Amino acid sequence: MSWETVIGLETHVQLRTKSKMFCGCSTAFGAPPNTQVCPICLGLPGALPSANGAAIGLAVRGALALGCTVHPRSIFARKNYFYPDLPKGYQISQFDQPLASGGTLSFVSAERGIVTATIVRLHLEEDAGKSIHDRFAKGTAVDLNRAGVPLIEIVGGPDLRSPAEARAYLQTLKQLLEYLGISDCDMEKGSLRVDANVSVRRAGESSLNTRTEVKNINSFAFVEKALTVERDRQIALVESGGSVTQQTMLYDSKENGVRPQRSKEESHDYRYFPEPDLPPLTLSPEFVAEQQSELPELPAQKRERFVASYGLSREHASVVASTRAVADYFETVAKTSAEPQAAANWVMTEALADAKDHDEQLRVSPAALSQIIGLVKGGTLSHQAAKRVFAEVAAKGGDPRSVAESLGLVQVADANVVTGWVTDVLGAHAPEVGRYRKGETKLMAFFVGQVMRASKGKADPKLAQRVLEEKLAS
Amino acid sequence: MSDAKAVADRLVKAKRLNALLTPPKDLRKSLLAQAAAARPTGVLYGMPVAVKDNICTLEFTTTCGSKILEGYRSPYEATAITKLKAAGALIAGKTNCDEFAMGSSTEHSAYGRVVHPLDKTRVPGGSSGGSAALVAAGAVPAALGSDTGGSVRQPAAFCGVVGIKPTYGRVSRYGLVAFGSSLDQIGVFGRSVHDAARVLSVISGRDPRDATCEDRDPLRLPTVPESLQGFVIGLPKEYFPPELDPSVRRACDRAIRMMKELGAAVREVSLPHTPYAVPTYYVIAPAEASSNLARYDGVRYGPRFDGNTDLRGLYRATRGQGFGPEVRRRILVGTYVLSAGYYDAYYRRAQQMRALIAQDFRNVFDRGVDLLFTPTVPSPAFKAGEKLADPIAMYMSDIFTVTANLAGLPAISLPIGRVKGLPIGGQLIGQAFLEDEMLEAAYALERVVPATDEA
Repeated sequence: MSWETVIGLETHVQLRTKSKMFCGCSTAFGAPPNTQVCPICLGLPGALPSANGAAIGLAVRGALALGCTVHPRSIFARKNYFYPDLPKGYQISQFDQPLASGGTLSFVSAERGIVTATIVRLHLEEDAGKSIHDRFAKGTAVDLNRAGVPLIEIVGGPDLRSPAEARAYLQTLKQLLEYLGISDCDMEKGSLRVDANVSVRRAGESSLNTRTEVKNINSFAFVEKALTVERDRQIALVESGGSVTQQTMLYDSKENGVRPQRSKEESHDYRYFPEPDLPPLTLSPEFVAEQQSELPELPAQKRERFVASYGLSREHASVVASTRAVADYFETVAKTSAEPQAAANWVMTEALADAKDHDEQLRVSPAALSQIIGLVKGGTLSHQAAKRVFAEVAAKGGDPRSVAESLGLVQVADANVVTGWVTDVLGAHAPEVGRYRKGETKLMAFFVGQVMRASKGKADPKLAQRVLEEKLAS
Repeated sequence: MSDAKAVADRLVKAKRLNALLTPPKDLRKSLLAQAAAARPTGVLYGMPVAVKDNICTLEFTTTCGSKILEGYRSPYEATAITKLKAAGALIAGKTNCDEFAMGSSTEHSAYGRVVHPLDKTRVPGGSSGGSAALVAAGAVPAALGSDTGGSVRQPAAFCGVVGIKPTYGRVSRYGLVAFGSSLDQIGVFGRSVHDAARVLSVISGRDPRDATCEDRDPLRLPTVPESLQGFVIGLPKEYFPPELDPSVRRACDRAIRMMKELGAAVREVSLPHTPYAVPTYYVIAPAEASSNLARYDGVRYGPRFDGNTDLRGLYRATRGQGFGPEVRRRILVGTYVLSAGYYDAYYRRAQQMRALIAQDFRNVFDRGVDLLFTPTVPSPAFKAGEKLADPIAMYMSDIFTVTANLAGLPAISLPIGRVKGLPIGGQLIGQAFLEDEMLEAAYALERVVPATDEA
């Protein structure tokens, strides 16, 4: 009997704002502990929150990009629980009347093709501070720089059927949010966090069984691993006659295992109620329309357009549209060089490989890459030489043509010079010349290669072949 | 600055009331410094204003009458305090109050009870009892309090001074330590309507730091009217029940007669949901309080009562020993009414009832009534200890005041006579943001009513 996994993700995304959700403190990452705090985010007696309009705008953009209905009126609510890194003893969030609901996210599943997952809701909330358990031998330290940083929580429906799909969903969501520019989506820095609801059922069943919530998945690489571990645990449990209990499981990446959260840490009764310090959040149609107009072209639209306007294959379009920066880079090169396919090839190979090794920086400017493409097309550079020029420009900068010249890589198209190299090569390989003349014409590639070698790569290979053909025929 | 010295002397002389929490030495020093720095052009130049200890000041500690904030100094000050100082007023110390403003007698303070200025066996009312008592004793012309269910008006009535609770959203709550956030307003005590109104005008107006504060200009003071011609004053029959203390009724009847003589049209009206107001209030206020007081956990500020165990031990020890019994009672009630399974039965129903109570007022005002007149409290000041063992009896002394908080309306209590030497307060309830009309009527009534005569 085979099993089916049912997964729904709850994703917390830190919004890219200068200041916190309810006060003016900076959100910059990495400041010394407790230096980006004020009476409001410290929860001092008498301090009151005021909502950050920029955060609301970004959240609305996220909701619109996910096809959600943005509600003209939503309510902030208090989620009450005690923890030392929660200064007020409650988190300001949204509960029964969220900012937005009812959207979708389509992604490509290796097993099922294009899957459209539902987005149940999207709401605004503030982050808690950070508890540091391992820095000091005696006791836990609390850093409240993060307390009050704006987040959106995106609750996905139970529509994912495997750990791999969960990963694909998350990757697609991350790409979308990066395109929107509303978040850094850096799991390592905590600006993207994901909790997963997982259950299993016999293939063919449609009911939802008891689920567990998997937490502490703090890197992209662990999403699939953590969910696989939990899925396997549940299947083994049920197959051995047990049953799944509803509980929170913590993933441990070192052990690649999950353990139940101790009941003391277990979720409590949060006693949600409307936040009396903040009036209902009302959004005018004009404000929502303004956010709509701020939406950039989204990944799916961009891929479609690259296929239609530049004749790229779907696979190539999806690689060059992987991030907004790469897509913009590709498009500039495609336009200035008027060679979209060559531009795509360069971006997919040299440019992305170089960026991968250099902190995702596209080090060769679009203008320089266009010039390199032009030099190849015009016969000035061989493809091999062009790669060297690219690497040199990436490392040291400079004008590609000058770089090519100073490296002595410009192709020689002077028939006399090429004829000289050809003569030398034919003289040095008499046996091969004999075989060629007896009909072994595939040796032409060998001769061209030898000419290129003799010319240290400078000979124009087409011209070299023509001269070789003439000489060998005579 | 002899003025500042005289102010300090008067406050220190009132020591027997236990109304002031600021040590005399600190008070003198600060008053002299403040007087030297005060703006001579301010409309309240040189006016000492005592401040309830649940409003944050830079000058003195802010303890809310609680052990859990013993010695706590706020690193920032309330918007109302900034506005007072900008107008040249002097912050004349912090006044004793029921712990976190929870109480109606100022007996629930960790720093001892406040004594009624006219009868030491009685309570001054609460929770802003210290502010009321200092104004009544003539130590200051005005003081700030906070009014969540009557905590300014009830002690004003007991002590024989004027107490105003403005419309919800008229005065910024930024820096007022929250009790019931949807009900709390900073209010003002004065020896006269004018003293109280002047201070209210200064502290009112928009504040971007409080999202519930209305975007309005500061309140403009009305002139004292010659008569009450054109005013329609409603007497809600639910506020004059048969069991009302006869002396309170006599004082009210006299005030009503005087308003008629001034030309007001007086008519009986009904606010049918009044009987549900106290239970509604005692669900909503504790619910909000249970959340508002969660931050006092001994982790970041205030004394830490070390359970010497784990995190839970720390919370239990700090909150168990730091809060007094009334605060603990309300946190328990509030936690209960918000918990899953009880929320609908209590909190949601209380919110629905609150809407009906507010609608009662709108119905009356929509039918041409300008203001309502009621007794402020059903009885004169009661004896210390009399209601301590019976929280419900204590809560019932808020019966005529909680409605204005639930409906967000402005209300004023002013002295309308005495019974056996104890002051009686009459309450005018106005329409939202029409404090000016309410103050006009109060000015007129104040001029004619023999506030210190037996009714």
